[in-house]
Amino acid sequence: MDFDLSEEQQLLKDNVERLTAARYAEVKTRTSLMKSPKGYSEALWKEFAEMGLLAIPFAEEHGGMGQGAVETMLVGEAFGRAQVLEPYFPTVILAGSALRLGASEAMKAAVLPEVAAGTLTLAFAHQEPEARFDLANVATTAKADGKGGYVLEGAKCVVLGGDSADKLVVSARVSGDRKSKDGLVLFLVDADAAGVTRKGYPTQDGTRAADVTLSGVKVGADAVIGDAGKAYPVIERTVQNGIAYLAAEAVGGMTALHELTVEYLKTRKQFGVPIGSFQVLQHRSVDMFVSVEQARSMAYYACVMIDEPDESERRRAMHAVKVQIGKSARHVGQEAIQLHGGIGMTMEYKGGHYFKRLTMIDLMFGNADHHLRELTKAGGLLAA
Amino acid sequence: MDLRFSPEENAFRQEVRSFFQTEIPLSIRSKSIEGRHLTKEDIVTTQKTLHKKGWAVYNWPKEWGGTEWTPVQQYIFLEEMQANGVPPPLAFNTSMNGPVIIQFGTEAQKKKFLPRMASLDDWWCQGFSEPGSGSDLASLKTTAVRQGDHYIVNGQKTWTTLAQYADWIFCLVRTDPNAKKQLGISYIVFPMTSPGVTRRPIQLIDGGSEVNEVFFDDVKVPVENLIGEEHRGWDCAKFLLGNERFGIARVGVSKMRVARIKELAKRVPSNGGSLMEDPQFAEKVALAEVELKALEMTQMRFLAAERGNKSGKPNPATSMLKLKGSEIQQTVTELLMELAGPLAIPYANDEDDMIGHNAPPIGAEWAAPAAPTYFNYRKVSIYGGSNEIQRNILAKAVLGF
Repeated sequence: MDFDLSEEQQLLKDNVERLTAARYAEVKTRTSLMKSPKGYSEALWKEFAEMGLLAIPFAEEHGGMGQGAVETMLVGEAFGRAQVLEPYFPTVILAGSALRLGASEAMKAAVLPEVAAGTLTLAFAHQEPEARFDLANVATTAKADGKGGYVLEGAKCVVLGGDSADKLVVSARVSGDRKSKDGLVLFLVDADAAGVTRKGYPTQDGTRAADVTLSGVKVGADAVIGDAGKAYPVIERTVQNGIAYLAAEAVGGMTALHELTVEYLKTRKQFGVPIGSFQVLQHRSVDMFVSVEQARSMAYYACVMIDEPDESERRRAMHAVKVQIGKSARHVGQEAIQLHGGIGMTMEYKGGHYFKRLTMIDLMFGNADHHLRELTKAGGLLAA
Repeated sequence: MDLRFSPEENAFRQEVRSFFQTEIPLSIRSKSIEGRHLTKEDIVTTQKTLHKKGWAVYNWPKEWGGTEWTPVQQYIFLEEMQANGVPPPLAFNTSMNGPVIIQFGTEAQKKKFLPRMASLDDWWCQGFSEPGSGSDLASLKTTAVRQGDHYIVNGQKTWTTLAQYADWIFCLVRTDPNAKKQLGISYIVFPMTSPGVTRRPIQLIDGGSEVNEVFFDDVKVPVENLIGEEHRGWDCAKFLLGNERFGIARVGVSKMRVARIKELAKRVPSNGGSLMEDPQFAEKVALAEVELKALEMTQMRFLAAERGNKSGKPNPATSMLKLKGSEIQQTVTELLMELAGPLAIPYANDEDDMIGHNAPPIGAEWAAPAAPTYFNYRKVSIYGGSNEIQRNILAKAVLGF
């Protein structure tokens, strides 16, 4: 039992923090990037590639670093702290996990080196308008074309990073009714393939997403990720990897937002004194600290449990992680805005950026209520 | 980073667990688990058994019977102790007064007090709080006036836990009335049988009387019973209060209670099913489990950080363990009472029993302690530095206000 980082991990943490803090030093850098065509900096994406960040979770034979959850946690935390806009979460964590966990050797060998090199971006096109948080709820269909390929019909929504991604990991149904866990399949589809229409838009947190329509999209047998009809476990694990990463990102964001708040309380003067001299505000910032630390603990717990072979234990753990992250993020975010007063309401101040991202993180892949319900249905964390 | 226990640590856990389960009588352990009251004999028997094994004062230096366990081993020991309903060694002896005497006492004092403290041949109680001095402990008024080889002690202590069992008391007294608050206080010890010591049990909202008022009326205390320097007792007090940082969150106890709640809730009917099938109740339990897991990880993180802490000063962030740990203990005891529902309403108390709730239960046996435990546990956010004081500490020492 030790929480110490190895020398390499410490170096990675320092380097990522230094780079992202420098590139996102000014709030206006972020706001102007948000308005750029891709919504992020391609130059910074290249720097991430050069630092090896895009290669972290992939095997060495696929151009990766062969590293694990601790390393992606360190990246997530730093990215949350700096509020980076680059599509690391959609490309490396979401679609990257789906490929890493589900794809054939040939597909991994063809695609992952490009992801690691920063020449290919991805998105995970799974969410559908009617599905809410039900991962099995997929209405998009994949009909066999009789030659080993498929034709895709359907609509995906809020595909994170979907407007600029080069390729999409698309979920569809080969059989079963709409909510069945059986009969699902994942495809790797070119984002500009015939029949794919993307409507891109900004999201509340300053990143970008797309609604994707699939109409008569023809894909070959080589586009199938894993076994057709048996994709549910890969989808679930992809989302669990997403939750572990979001936990780290939220912790980075909450920590920075809390620091910003405490600093503000110490400098803002009213009635002739720093408002941080008021006990009620001190106690509220202590309660925020407790929430941040509880969330940090669950981000570590996610690292422990993300590769747990017992799937029931892993599932219950990841539910618990998202519950705590959602609760802490809501509490810290709301209090931070309130304690800042008016300045917390402006887009010119970084606090609001953190708050919006933390709020959106709770809505991604199941909010706290959803995961609490699922955890309860699964019998909770402790054996009775 | 390796967040799993090592094989050696797991083996240690196994050793500790099997010792608890085979050597500590089930009759004692089930009382703790079911929330029934422990007698003095239960506590003494347990500590003597632990002492024979060399574990009663595991946190002391080896020279005085300690174990030199790593912080992780100490954590595992406490967790297994709590999970198995083993009454912990008497805190007044082993984690409060013992370490103070080891740190500040003379060789003669150590030889006289420590062995009997470890074996619980002497039961100690704590004379800190006074009617006018709670959170503002340094405002205490009990005086000790030097007369030749003795102090003459006058005043009153309160909230003195289990003073009815105690042989000795360790006390903060004012020895210099003219010095600034903290500077005129001394730490002295004396027998509870000394002439002029009177105890009066205070009945609490749970029906029991685990705390007392203790009055001192010209109590003669030999000067050799002063611990540390005269007027420097505040150093001892600060040391003592900073000492009990791990285990205070009582994660193991709450885990044991949650498991029990889940087991019992399967048997309690609700809306045509069991209470465990009632989503509203079950989600409250699950949420408590999430917070408990997060607290457990937090405790592990602070514990790991402790290994690198050579300053000997407590990490102020550990105040968070008290804060969150007490909140969760209160949540869990509240759930237990909600679980009992109407069966928690009957009140059984034997007024002749000093400590209380040992009277035969009225109605369901498992439900009888639910309300008293809920009432009793309101104390955990008040004692040991109230949660508001913990917030003050965190605000000052961690957030830099």
